[in-house]
Amino acid sequence: MGIFASLKQQLFRWQSDGSVPFRLGQRRIFIIPSRGGLLFALALIVMLLGAINYTLALGHALVFLLAGLGLTGMVHTFRNLYGMLITPGRCAPVFLGETALFQLTLGNERSSPRLALELGTEEGKTVIAAVDALESTKTAIPVTATRRGWLTLPKVKMSTRYPLGLFYAWCYLQPAMRCLVYPQALDSPLPAVSSTPNAGERSGDGGQEDFAGFRERQPADSPRHVAWKASARDTGNRPLLIKQFAGGGQLELQLDWALTDPAHSVEKRLSILCGWVLAAEAAGARYALHLPDRQIPPASGEQQRQRCLEALALCQP
Amino acid sequence: MSTPASQALDRTAVPWLFAAALVTTLPHFAHQATWLSLFTGLIFAWGARLWWKDQRLPGRWLLILLVIAACSGIFVEFRSLFGRDAGVAMLVIFMAMKLLELKSRRDGMVVVTLGYFLLLTHYFYSQSIPTGLWLLLAMWLVTATLIRLHGGPASTLRATLRYAALLSLQAVPFMLVLYLLFPRISGPLWGLPQDAHAGKTGLSDTMSPGSIANLAQSAEIAFRVRFDGPLPPREKLYWRGPVMEQFDGATWRPFPGRYPAERIEFIAAPISYETTLEAHNQRWLLALDAPTGLPAESALNGTLTAGVRQPITQRQRFRLAASLDYRFNASEDAAVLRRNLQLPAGRNPQSQALARQWQASEKSPAAIIAKAIALFGSRDFAYTLQPPLLGDNGIDQFLFQTKRGFCEHYAAAFVVLMRAAGIPARVVGGYQGGEANPLDGYLVVRQSDAHAWAEVWLEARGWVRVDPTAVVAPARIETGIADALPAGEPLPALIQLRADWLRDMRHRWEAINNAWNQQILGYDPQRQRELLTRLGLPDTDWRSLAIALGLACSLLLAAITGWTLYQRPRHDPATRLWHKALRQLARRQVNCAPWETPLAIARRVDEERPELAEAFRRVADAYLLARYGRPTNNLKNLREALAQLPRWR
Repeated sequence: MGIFASLKQQLFRWQSDGSVPFRLGQRRIFIIPSRGGLLFALALIVMLLGAINYTLALGHALVFLLAGLGLTGMVHTFRNLYGMLITPGRCAPVFLGETALFQLTLGNERSSPRLALELGTEEGKTVIAAVDALESTKTAIPVTATRRGWLTLPKVKMSTRYPLGLFYAWCYLQPAMRCLVYPQALDSPLPAVSSTPNAGERSGDGGQEDFAGFRERQPADSPRHVAWKASARDTGNRPLLIKQFAGGGQLELQLDWALTDPAHSVEKRLSILCGWVLAAEAAGARYALHLPDRQIPPASGEQQRQRCLEALALCQP
Repeated sequence: MSTPASQALDRTAVPWLFAAALVTTLPHFAHQATWLSLFTGLIFAWGARLWWKDQRLPGRWLLILLVIAACSGIFVEFRSLFGRDAGVAMLVIFMAMKLLELKSRRDGMVVVTLGYFLLLTHYFYSQSIPTGLWLLLAMWLVTATLIRLHGGPASTLRATLRYAALLSLQAVPFMLVLYLLFPRISGPLWGLPQDAHAGKTGLSDTMSPGSIANLAQSAEIAFRVRFDGPLPPREKLYWRGPVMEQFDGATWRPFPGRYPAERIEFIAAPISYETTLEAHNQRWLLALDAPTGLPAESALNGTLTAGVRQPITQRQRFRLAASLDYRFNASEDAAVLRRNLQLPAGRNPQSQALARQWQASEKSPAAIIAKAIALFGSRDFAYTLQPPLLGDNGIDQFLFQTKRGFCEHYAAAFVVLMRAAGIPARVVGGYQGGEANPLDGYLVVRQSDAHAWAEVWLEARGWVRVDPTAVVAPARIETGIADALPAGEPLPALIQLRADWLRDMRHRWEAINNAWNQQILGYDPQRQRELLTRLGLPDTDWRSLAIALGLACSLLLAAITGWTLYQRPRHDPATRLWHKALRQLARRQVNCAPWETPLAIARRVDEERPELAEAFRRVADAYLLARYGRPTNNLKNLREALAQLPRWR
């Protein structure tokens, strides 16, 4: 096992010097007859016996032509992978449990297309890609995010049976690509607004003075703010309406690790925080995040959301 | 443009599979039982309809039921499921049924493999040049189907067909090497089924009125001969088949027992020749009278017929020699002579009476023969392919009433007259004459040259050939059957051709076919040994042959791999022209960094070399248009702009 494993490591390692794009060389490509190829070979043997038995001169010729076809098919299957340019692309962060899509760009400098390329990791689904002559194409390798933090792209197998399906050629790719996995967002009520915005100008229910209108309820909205009467007037299954107040400045939330129930596991507490971040952002609030290993000052907007989610993803309490 | 992977067969690949199935089964419809073709055709149509309407394929039980029905039909038709024809019928049925369960790509693979297999089965029936061409086409289409199957919808019709052609062409060198060097084994490896050589035509070993006339209506080639020396005169070309001694009043048969060995005295110098015999499923060679040299596998059987142990079931070549002037069994066994005087009792009384009358009035056998010949030479007798039907006393009827007959009538009547007159006589079947093809020098003997003549035994001279047909229709022997028969006889059109250019075309076509047969189909273990000796590899055993074969194939594979994988450096022509312009700039000390855009360079030229500015701006614009604009004639503009750039000297 040990020898086999190390041999496998030797054989299938990603020897790239890190330069991109990476060109697929012949030492990386493996090729064996496929099941269809074995069926074909068996048929050829039976045909040869028939040709000999009935002394069919043209039967001999046909069998030999088909044998030659099989051999050229092997070369062409190999060629379908050989010399391909592979450029790692980006990978958008995902939440735990979602599927990360690692983008790879496949480049073809040949004047003939490369068709029916199957790419996939050992566990994930396989995608089929094709690259036209002198073109490049973007493909995304799906990997299910099962752990929070950095998800590195596992070994990708790129394989093909094109053109004749008699041979199966494959190679392993392992570009240094990683994807950030945020914790799973858990819907839970936002914590009460405990701190005062605007340097303590107001206390208690700051920002809830002047009624400014309604908006649709987000999962993180406190039930206290629901406009029950207005919602009751509204027919249908629309979400509940929330009373919006002006005058108290923007809502500012303190999303604190300490506010989550210590009885929960670390991951669950991070998930709750993650849900809060999303809810706060959706509510258009200003929010700060306090984690054991990181403090993020209050702000709002896409950048703040990303900063918080990243901190949550990488949090090591 | 990525799609989720699946092994399912895409819908648009199905027509390809139908086409592949059709081209590989279609030629079988020509010789198959009608119900089989109909059944197959209906299943094709049903499958096509299901595909067109995008309906569900039939369930497994229905398919099994259909297969059982078809197999029992085949069993009833052929009394077996494993003969040659039954096996082919089964393959055709399986191919059709498979079209009703095309679900995954694997099903497609099965159709394609079955298609390749079916291609082979056509060679059971014909190995002619047109068959070869049709099957080459079919193989191309099946290969394209295979490519389409694995390439998915992304591989277009044109590209797929082109790729299939490329792959097939690259396979041809392998085929040639394997064809020449693969150790050839003479088949068969195991017993052939009963019907392996069904449907071979040729001279049969019995003769009754009409049997040769029937054969003579076929223009099929019986054998081809190449003489080492010049072509002997046509009237000497008697190719001997079976000798028939026993007569029951209607049919002539060879004597089944053994003969004493023949004693032949050759008078003329032997001439040697090579004959290529088409399969006729009989145990004789049709050698030229009289054979002096025979191939090892053949022996004379006592009647001067060259016999072989196994029936000739495929086209075969033999080297023979013959002496055209000979004396055969000058002293004959008494039992043989007795046998050749027998006549069925009570039949043909008129003829027998006439012969006895000659016997009484004439002194020598030669005079009796002359009498008989003179009888046939009288104006009343006519030579025709369509003689009237004859009854029990056929010879009497022919000699005294109808007087119209083909060579078998004349030979039979003559032999009956001779026997009745006390001269031992017998009928010889075979071929007479042949047509020389001026293009390749081969003498072509057809079924229409089938002939029957008589042989009489004369004291001290032995068996002497007498051909009564030569008297009735001298043209038959001198120029051939087409000239001997009156107009309107049912001769095949092919041998009646009178126009020179048509005759010339036929000769050309037959010479090509002969070359095909001799060089390609006739490549057997013997020829392989000859070729290897000529290549400097005498006495090769299978081991050195395998080494040579492996070496040749490896070299070929390496060559094709290199040729296929080598990427010719491709530069966009616009880029190439642009680099040329940049080199011009470099000579004028305007050096450009690789990251500089054309417009930035043009701006720099504006400042540094104002005298070039306008010309270079045009080059830059034309380059940008050629590189990024619509591909209409932009390259020409760039070339012109570049030409206008003042040259530096």
